[in-house]
Amino acid sequence: MAMPLHQFFTSTDYLLSLPMIMLALFGMGVLIIDLLLPPEWKRANAWTALVGLVFSAIAVYKVQIADRIAEAHGQAGSFVGFGGSLVADRFAIYFYYLFLAGAAIAILMSVKYLEIEREQHGEFYALVLFSVIGMMCMASGYDIVLLFVGLELMALSTYVLVGFLRRDQRSNEAALKYLLLGAFSSGIFAYGLSLFYGLAGSTNLGQIALTLEQHFLANPKDPVAILALLTTATGLLFKIAAVPFHQWAPDAYEGAPTSITGYMSVAVKAAGWALLLRIFLYMLYPLRPIYLPMIIFVSLATLTAGNLAALTQSNLKRLLAYSSIAHVGYMLLGLVAGNTNNASSTGIKGIMVYLLVYTFMNLGAFAVITSLRRRDIIGDEIDDIAGLMFKAPTEAILMLVFLLSLAGIPPLAGFWGKYFIFLSLIESGHYALATVAVLYAVLGLYYYMRIANAMFMRRAETAEPVSLSPGLRLALAITALGTVIIGIFPEVFLRAAAWSLSVPQASAVAGLLK
Amino acid sequence: MVPISYYLVLSAILFACGVLGFLIKRNVITIFMSIELMLNAVNLSFVAFASYWQALSGQVFVFFVMVVAAAEAAVGLAIIIAVFRTRQTLNPDRVNLLKL
Amino acid sequence: MPANYVPIFIFIAIIAVALPVTLLAAKLIRPDNPQKTKAMPYECGVDPIGDARARYTVRFYIIAILFVVFDVETIFLFPWAVQYKALGLFGLAEMLVFLAILIVGYVWVWKKGALEWI
Repeated sequence: MAMPLHQFFTSTDYLLSLPMIMLALFGMGVLIIDLLLPPEWKRANAWTALVGLVFSAIAVYKVQIADRIAEAHGQAGSFVGFGGSLVADRFAIYFYYLFLAGAAIAILMSVKYLEIEREQHGEFYALVLFSVIGMMCMASGYDIVLLFVGLELMALSTYVLVGFLRRDQRSNEAALKYLLLGAFSSGIFAYGLSLFYGLAGSTNLGQIALTLEQHFLANPKDPVAILALLTTATGLLFKIAAVPFHQWAPDAYEGAPTSITGYMSVAVKAAGWALLLRIFLYMLYPLRPIYLPMIIFVSLATLTAGNLAALTQSNLKRLLAYSSIAHVGYMLLGLVAGNTNNASSTGIKGIMVYLLVYTFMNLGAFAVITSLRRRDIIGDEIDDIAGLMFKAPTEAILMLVFLLSLAGIPPLAGFWGKYFIFLSLIESGHYALATVAVLYAVLGLYYYMRIANAMFMRRAETAEPVSLSPGLRLALAITALGTVIIGIFPEVFLRAAAWSLSVPQASAVAGLLK
Repeated sequence: MVPISYYLVLSAILFACGVLGFLIKRNVITIFMSIELMLNAVNLSFVAFASYWQALSGQVFVFFVMVVAAAEAAVGLAIIIAVFRTRQTLNPDRVNLLKL
Repeated sequence: MPANYVPIFIFIAIIAVALPVTLLAAKLIRPDNPQKTKAMPYECGVDPIGDARARYTVRFYIIAILFVVFDVETIFLFPWAVQYKALGLFGLAEMLVFLAILIVGYVWVWKKGALEWI
């Protein structure tokens, strides 16, 4: 790629990477400030990290404004930086906000929790910020090198966060299992990428897509292309914990610090989805006839395994882990219905809405579970939540709201996620799949209501009050408001989801290749 | 000139060895080495394709894979030390507090 | 071309013959009277203590981990070094930023006491 040297770092490059630069600066700042703080001031790190997230959000907003100005000048489309390897299109901006919100809520939940675990260290917050940088690269990368580096930056930070409670055997074990399976899946993913690179001779997604299009027309049953598709898809399905590559998820979720479990189930999962959508919609769309049956099979298996396994769990974190596997199944159905030649179709829009509402309702549920952790009480079994109504009625009612939303009951946020997925299935004529999905949604109601039953109908095992901190209260308020407001006034958020997909991929690809 | 297919077959064999090692080995360190083997197979195939296409981007990917592998090894060893400190074994079958 | 490998095959053939012959000759010529002291592992003349496969302290691991990370990062300096002139001031600035990030990590490691050998 011949490029004048003074164009190595243009002002566009600066604008597009500013959100990540902010996070990197604040992340390193937290590391250094932490060295100077006396032990009783360690919680100040959380505030530094939150300020960093706010600055990053402002930078994202600047990118959004620049996008709006470009649209007013008739140049609607994506900003392309770093010689075509970074694309801050609306798709990426939408995910940026999602990651920042997830990270901020997770940090609010962590402050008191880490003190109870006696592991209040600045590295925790720095690692959260670093993982958000990785996620941003995954959402905006348009080059397999950047996508892979982003994926690994996120994954490595998360491995450490999962094992952050060093003295806790469960946390160690979860980190070990997550690391081994995560590294294994990264290896498989990278192998698939190397084969695609071999087919196309370029690392740019748009170039690879164009080559695949021609290549696929010439010989539709090329074994190398199919092997590359299978390995890449395996790596991606590992990351979003779809069956049959889901075994790491319940273990990692159960052992991790509770606030990190919440963070993993929303932000890390959303990043996995950003990567998957980016690769499937922008690079692999010529191979859709080949991957469609595979995705249908995986989504049905995911729905079945996730929902059935959740029925019998006695550990809250493990139950929500299986339920999050089931939610991935619904979102995969959106990919089945979504017409990839038209990225703004209902199915893909449904996935975007689902990820948004899931961020609020699932983090909310984990915030309630976080408050059950008190000194000498681990508090993640269903028995621990028994009788919550009589100890902390506000929390019990909020938990009920989150659970109903997770089950998809209107007028709560979760309903809209499921609604668009089902709608897209019916629009695209997948009536059988729609029926199965609705049946599983009813099954889902049962295990969510098991938790509600324990909260409202059973006596408390201990009289110990729940531990609330200002941060946790704020996190609960934000997630509860998000769940209820999106449920009752969905228009703004639905428009945002449609906006995120409003640049057709063809023009993005064409813009890159000129 | 050695044809590119030789490199690719070697890379596929290395990758298969890595996957097999990951699946059947019973020591965390060995499993970790298997993962490194997989990543090196990826490197080999990237370098082979880069020389085939006369395009540098494949070699750039190898740089990043090498650094990622080193970082993964560092994080992995740290976690392994933490696990060993709390339970004195490195056999993943006996690291089973969380039911599978 | 296979012809290019002919010297290597000749080399292998020479080794295959020469190695056993020299070993056998040495075995036949040298005096052979083993004793207990001679069979002991050599540790600078001191009697060996314990098993050679004993566990060693975990600090070696920490040093090794730090070494691997910082060692591999230098890989990014090589392309810059090769293209130093072409990249000019921009390349220098870029590398200084890169090194600054590394130094933050180094300062953190140092202050955390991971480099101390207690």
